[in-house]
Amino acid sequence: MAAAEPKTVEKTTTRGGPKKPSQIKGLFEGLWVTLRALTSRSQVVQYPHVKEEPHQRARGVIGLLEENCTVCMLCARECPDWCIYIEGHKERREPRREGGKPRTVQVLDRFDIDFALCMYCGICVEVCPFDALHWSPEYEYSELEIRDLIHDKDRLGYWDTTKPPAPRLGYYKAAK
Amino acid sequence: MTSVQSHLSASFAAHLADAQVAVEIETPEMTLNIGPQHPSTHGVFRLIAKVDGERVTEVEPVLGYMHRGYEKLCEVRTYAQVTALVNRLDWLSGYCNEIPFILSAEKLMGIEAPPRVQYIRTILSELARQATFLVFLGSFGIELGALTPFFHTMRDREKVLDLLESVTGGRFHPNFNRVGGILDDLPPGFVEECAAVMDDVDKMCDQVDALLFGNDIFRERTLGVGVIPLDKGLEYGVSGANIRASGCAADVRRDEPYLVYDEVDFDVVTDTRGDAFARAYCRLQETRESTRIVRQCLKALPSGPIMAKVPKVIQVPPGEVYVRAENPLGEMGYYLVSRGGRIPYRVKVRTASFNNVSVLPWLLEGVFMPDLIAILGSLYFILGDVDR
Amino acid sequence: MNWWAFVLRLLVIAALIPAAAYVLGYTFLKVLAHMQYRLGPMEAGRFHGVGQLLADGLKFLQKEDLVPDKADRPVFLFAPAVVLVGVVLVFMTIPFGPPPLNIVNLDSQLFVMLAASSLGTIGVLMAGWSSANKYSMMGGFRAAGQLLAYELPLILAAVGVVMQAGTLNLDGIVEAQSQFHLFGTAIPIPYVIPQIIGFVVFVIASQAELSQAPFDMPFAESELVAGFTTEYSGFRYLFFFLAEFASNFAFAAIGATLFLGGYWVPLVPEKALWIVGPIALAVKIGVLVFIFFWMRSTYPRLREDQLQRFAWKWLIPIALVNIGLTGVLKVVA
Repeated sequence: MAAAEPKTVEKTTTRGGPKKPSQIKGLFEGLWVTLRALTSRSQVVQYPHVKEEPHQRARGVIGLLEENCTVCMLCARECPDWCIYIEGHKERREPRREGGKPRTVQVLDRFDIDFALCMYCGICVEVCPFDALHWSPEYEYSELEIRDLIHDKDRLGYWDTTKPPAPRLGYYKAAK
Repeated sequence: MTSVQSHLSASFAAHLADAQVAVEIETPEMTLNIGPQHPSTHGVFRLIAKVDGERVTEVEPVLGYMHRGYEKLCEVRTYAQVTALVNRLDWLSGYCNEIPFILSAEKLMGIEAPPRVQYIRTILSELARQATFLVFLGSFGIELGALTPFFHTMRDREKVLDLLESVTGGRFHPNFNRVGGILDDLPPGFVEECAAVMDDVDKMCDQVDALLFGNDIFRERTLGVGVIPLDKGLEYGVSGANIRASGCAADVRRDEPYLVYDEVDFDVVTDTRGDAFARAYCRLQETRESTRIVRQCLKALPSGPIMAKVPKVIQVPPGEVYVRAENPLGEMGYYLVSRGGRIPYRVKVRTASFNNVSVLPWLLEGVFMPDLIAILGSLYFILGDVDR
Repeated sequence: MNWWAFVLRLLVIAALIPAAAYVLGYTFLKVLAHMQYRLGPMEAGRFHGVGQLLADGLKFLQKEDLVPDKADRPVFLFAPAVVLVGVVLVFMTIPFGPPPLNIVNLDSQLFVMLAASSLGTIGVLMAGWSSANKYSMMGGFRAAGQLLAYELPLILAAVGVVMQAGTLNLDGIVEAQSQFHLFGTAIPIPYVIPQIIGFVVFVIASQAELSQAPFDMPFAESELVAGFTTEYSGFRYLFFFLAEFASNFAFAAIGATLFLGGYWVPLVPEKALWIVGPIALAVKIGVLVFIFFWMRSTYPRLREDQLQRFAWKWLIPIALVNIGLTGVLKVVA
C-alpha cells in the first residue's frame, strides 16, 4: 500500500467525567432497556426441535468420495495435526483396451479421520488434487466415547452425500 | 500434669477446625488463590493475592497454564499450516491473528494481494473486532454483576459470527487467508446482509450504552478504578484500547496503515482518564468506529481477482521481517525469520495480552477485591493470547 | 385459638413455603430469561418448563451431602435450617386475609415480623464461618455487614407506616389503609401514596436484605465463587435456594401489607374479602416481586464500601426525614 496521508482524526470520549453529578436517569434507562427486551420476541432457537440451517460453507464435517481417492497421501502429509490415517495397496487390473498393458491401481483400505484431533482447518480439502474430500455443513455427530470420533471411510462416505449441491466453484447460492 | 495435657490435646482435636479458621483470620495477610479455575479469569489464569480483609496488598500473576508452544510448533509447519495455528492465539478474534502473519510472509516474498482481497480482509478483521468487543461489553457486565448485557451483546455477536461463517466457513477459526490472497470470494448477498448487521451492532452499542455506561452503579464501580497513568502504561508496553484510554493515541491502523486502513475514514478513540470506565468506553466507541469502517469498505469494494500470482508451493526467500497490526486486544506482531524453504525458521509472536497482563502486579496493589475483578475485566486479556 | 386450628395453619404454612418458592423461582427464571431475549426453561414439565425447578430439586436431593473436612460440622449442618426457620417465622406473621385467615394476631405483629426476618442473618454468618473456606467466610462477613446495615432503613421505612396507622398490628395497618382518604378523596388509598419515600426506601432495603443485585455481594459469583453457599451441596443447598425465594415472597408480602393495602381492595364489600383478599394480596406480592426481579436482572452490583455508604449516608437519613415528615403531617392533619 502506498503510504497515503492518514485521514483519521483522534477523538476523545466525552461521556461521564468523574465529577459529573449522579444521573438517576441512567438507572431508569437501564430498566427501560430490559423491559423492552422482556416485551420483544426472544431470539433463541429451541435446538432439538428447531434446527438452524448451517451455512453452505460451514466447515461441519469432512466427507470422502472414495472413488476419487488415489491414496496419494497428500492430505495426510499436509494435515497440521496428522489426524488422517490412510492405508492402501496396489492391485493389478485388466488392461482398459484389448492388447493393452495391465494397470496397477491404488486401492484404499483404510481412510480414517480422527475428529477428536482435527482442527477443522480445511487444508486437506484444499490440497486434494482429485477432489476426493469435501466439506459438509453437518454438525450432529457428537459421541459419548472419544474413540468413536474416528470416522472410517464408510462413515466419511456417508458425509460426502450430505455435502452442499454445488462444490467449490467460486460462488455459492445465497447462504441462507 | 498429664491430665492437663490430655485435656488440652483433646480440646485441640475437638476444635481443630475452629483453630484452623481462627489462625487464618489472625494472620494479618490471608493468601487467596484466585484461579487457576475461577469464573472471572476467563480461563486458566492464576493470581496469588495477599489480602487484608477486602483489600489486596500484593498480587503475583502466574501465567503459563495454557502454554501450547505455538512459536515452536510454527517451526515445523508450512506457511499454510501456521495460518491454521495462529487462529488459536486469541481465540475470540481468530481472523485478526492471521493478518499480520500473512502480511509478513507476503512482504518477504514481495507479493502484494489484489485490492479486492485487501478490502475483504479489512471487512473481515473489523467484523472479528466487533465480535470480540461485543463479548467484552457483555462479560465486563458479568464481572460487575450484571448478567443481562452479556446476553444482549451475545445476540448481536451471533449475527456478526454468522457473517464470518458465511464467508469463511468457520465461526472462530476461519483459516481463510492464504499467502497472496484469500480462499474464496464473498458469498452473494453478503454486502446487503452485512450492512443490515452493522445497523444492528450500532443499535446494540446504544443499548449497552444505556444499560451499562449510563448506569450510576456501573459508573461508581469503574470511574477512577485501576487507573493506568500514561507513563506507566508505556513502560509496561500496554497497548490497544488500554493505552488509548490513558491518553496515548497509538493505533497501528493509523500509524502504520496496513490493508486499506489508509483509505477509510475513522477516528482513533482516546480518553485521558485511564480507568476501567475509560477502557470500556473506548472499546464501545471503537465498535462504533468499526462499523463505520465496514460500511465504507462495503461501499468501496472493488472487483477483481482474489488471489495474486503465487507459486503452487509457497517458499519464502531468506530474510527477516516484523509486521504488526492493531488487533482487538492491542498490538500484535510477528517477527518472521526465514531461511528459505517451505517452513519458517523462527516465528516470534508479540501478543497484546501478555504485555497488558504484565501491568497487573503494579496495578492491583492496594485495591479492593471487587475492584480487582473489575480491573481484570477491563484490561480484557485472552488466556490463549497470554500463554501462547 | 384451638390448638388444632393452629396446627392446621402451621401445616398450611409448611406447604405454602415450598409452593411460594417454586412459583417465584419459576417466575424469576422466566423474567430473567425474557429480559435477555431468551425463553428460559422450556422442556421439563411439558408446558413451558414448569417442571424445571422440580427436576432441579430432585437433582439436589440425589446429590451427596458433602461436608468439608475442616468445617465446623454441627454449625455447618445447622446453618441452612436456621435460615429457613427465619423464613417460616415471617410467613407465620403474614396476614393473608381478614382475621381468621392469619396465623397469629399480635399487638406487636410488625415488630415480630421484622425481627424474624433478620434471623436469617445468623444462619448466613454461621454458614460462612463454619465452611472453612476463604470465599465462604468473606461472603458470610459481607452478608452480615450488609444485612445489619440494611435492617435499619427497612425498619425506619416501616416506622413511617406505623406512625400513620397508629398501630403495630398488621390487621390494624390494613384497616387503617382502608379508611385513609388523602385530601378527602372519594375512595380510600393505600399508604404507598403518602409514604412514597418510605416505599422506595423499603424496596431498596429489602432488595439488599434479599442479597439480590445490585446488592448481591455475598454471592458475587465473579469474585467469591458462590459466597457463603460455596461449600454446600445436596438438600442443604436446596434449603438456601428455598429460603432465597421464600424470603422474596415474604418481603414482598411485608411490603404489600404495609404500603399497598395488603389483602384489602377498595370498593369490595367486607364479606367478599374472604375470597378476594388472599387473591389481591397475591397480585400485590406479584407486582412487588416483579420489581425485585426487574432490578435484579438489570443492575450490576455495588462494591462493599459503596453499599455501606449508600445505606448510612443516604437511605437511613432519608428514612429518618420520612419519619419526621410523617410526624409533622400526622400532627397537622
